[in-house]
Amino acid sequence: MRVTQGCFSFLPDLTDEQITAQIQYCLEKGWAVNIEFTDDPHPRNTYWDMWGLPMFDLRDAAGIMMELRECRKVYGDRYIRLSGFDSSHGWESVRLSFIVNRPKQEPGFHLERQESGGRNIRYTTKSYAVGRPEGQRYGGT
Amino acid sequence: MSAQATAPVPAQDAGEAPPDDKVDLRREFNEVGIGEVLDQLDRELIGLKPVKTRIREISSLLLIERVRKRMNLTSEVPTLHMSFTGNPGTGKTTVALRIASILHRLGFVRRGKVVSVTRDELVGQYIGHTAPKTKEILKKAMGGVLFIDEAYYLHRPDNERDYGQEAIEILLQVMESQREDLVVILAGYGDRMDKFFASNPGFRSRIAHHIDFPDYSDGELLAIAELMLHDMNYKFTPDARSAFVRYIELRKTQPLFSNARSIRNALDRMRLRQANRLVADLDRALSAEDIMSLEAQDVLASRVFLQGAVR
Repeated sequence: MRVTQGCFSFLPDLTDEQITAQIQYCLEKGWAVNIEFTDDPHPRNTYWDMWGLPMFDLRDAAGIMMELRECRKVYGDRYIRLSGFDSSHGWESVRLSFIVNRPKQEPGFHLERQESGGRNIRYTTKSYAVGRPEGQRYGGT
Repeated sequence: MSAQATAPVPAQDAGEAPPDDKVDLRREFNEVGIGEVLDQLDRELIGLKPVKTRIREISSLLLIERVRKRMNLTSEVPTLHMSFTGNPGTGKTTVALRIASILHRLGFVRRGKVVSVTRDELVGQYIGHTAPKTKEILKKAMGGVLFIDEAYYLHRPDNERDYGQEAIEILLQVMESQREDLVVILAGYGDRMDKFFASNPGFRSRIAHHIDFPDYSDGELLAIAELMLHDMNYKFTPDARSAFVRYIELRKTQPLFSNARSIRNALDRMRLRQANRLVADLDRALSAEDIMSLEAQDVLASRVFLQGAVR
C-alpha cells in the first residue's frame, strides 16, 4: 500500500528534476530545506530522523540535491522527505513537506480492533513493516 | 538543469528555421549581453592584457557552445574550473567577480554569485569537522562560482595529519561530479600555487584554464590611481600627478609592494593628509575644487620619499 503523506503524495513519484524545482521554490521563498528519513511510516510518527543539519542560507537547489543523493545512498530503503521551514515571524513552522524516496515494497497497515466495555471498539493501525527491528524493515540489513 | 530551461530560444521561431540553418552570431552575441561585460572589463580594468585575451577566448568558446547546444550538437559540459596566479593586488578577485557575471549571462552558471573563501572556512579543527564544513560551503556556492583565495594553504606538506587533504578530496570529487552546478576558481601567488599543483596533480588536471596575472607597469599603476580617484571624486593637481609618478617608482623598489592594493592604500593616506591640511586652515573659504584636489604636498609627505632620499 502506497503511503500518502505530505504534498504531492497522490501523484506519481516526483522526478529529480521536479524535486529540484520544488526545492528552488522553497529557497526563493526563503525557507530552510531539511532532509528527514524514517522506516516507521505511521502517519502519527512525526519524529523522523534528520539527515545532517537544517540547510539555512542556501540559494541554489543543487546543494540540497547533493545531500539528498548522499542520503539515498545510505537510506535508500527508507522513506525520505523534504520539508521547507519558514522561520519568519508568525509562521515559524514547516510550510511544505513531501516524500522524495520510498521503499520498494510498502507492505501497508494492519487494522486492529479492540473490544472494550459496552460493545465499543477501539481501532489501531500498525504498519506491517514495524514488526521487525528498526533498520531491518523494508529489507535493509 | 534549469539553465537550459531559462535559455531563450528565439532564433528558431524567427523563421521556423530547421536546426541546420545559419545562426546569426552577432545577434546571439548581443542577446547574451556579454559584449557589455567585456567592454566594462576593458574600461574598468587597466592593463592585464593576457588575462583579458583569455577571458575573451573563454567567452567565445562558451558562446559557440551555447549555439551548438541549441543545434543539438551536444558535447560535454566544458570544464570551467580556473586557477588565477599572480602577485598580490593584481586583480584576481575582481576578475573572478567578472567571470561569474560572464558565465551567468551565458547560462553556464545559474546564479552570477561568487562565494569567496579561504582555508579557514573549508578546513576544520578536529577530526570529523572538515567534511561537513567543506560541504556546507560547497552547498552555499552551488549554482555559482566558488572562489578559493590563497588555495595553496589547503595543503600543508609539513603536516601529514593536516585536515586540509580531506577538504581537497571533497573539492576534487565535487569539481568532477557536479561540473554543471559549480565553477571553482583557485587563486594564489604564482610560485606557491605551482608547488601546490605539483603535490596535488588531481587539481592541475581538473582545471582547464590557468591564467597568470602579470604585475602592472608604472604607467598602468598611475592610470589605476587616477581611475580610483575619479571614482572617489578626487583628482590630482598637475604637480601632485608628477609627484605621484615618482612615488610609484620609489614604492616599487621597497618591500611589501602589492600593486593596485598599495596604490589604493597610498591614496587613502593622501586623502587623510589632504583633509588634515584643509582642516588646519579653518578660516579659509573652500571651493569644490579645493576639496577635490590632492596637492603635491599631500603626496610628498609620504614616508616613501623619506626612505628613498636616505638610500
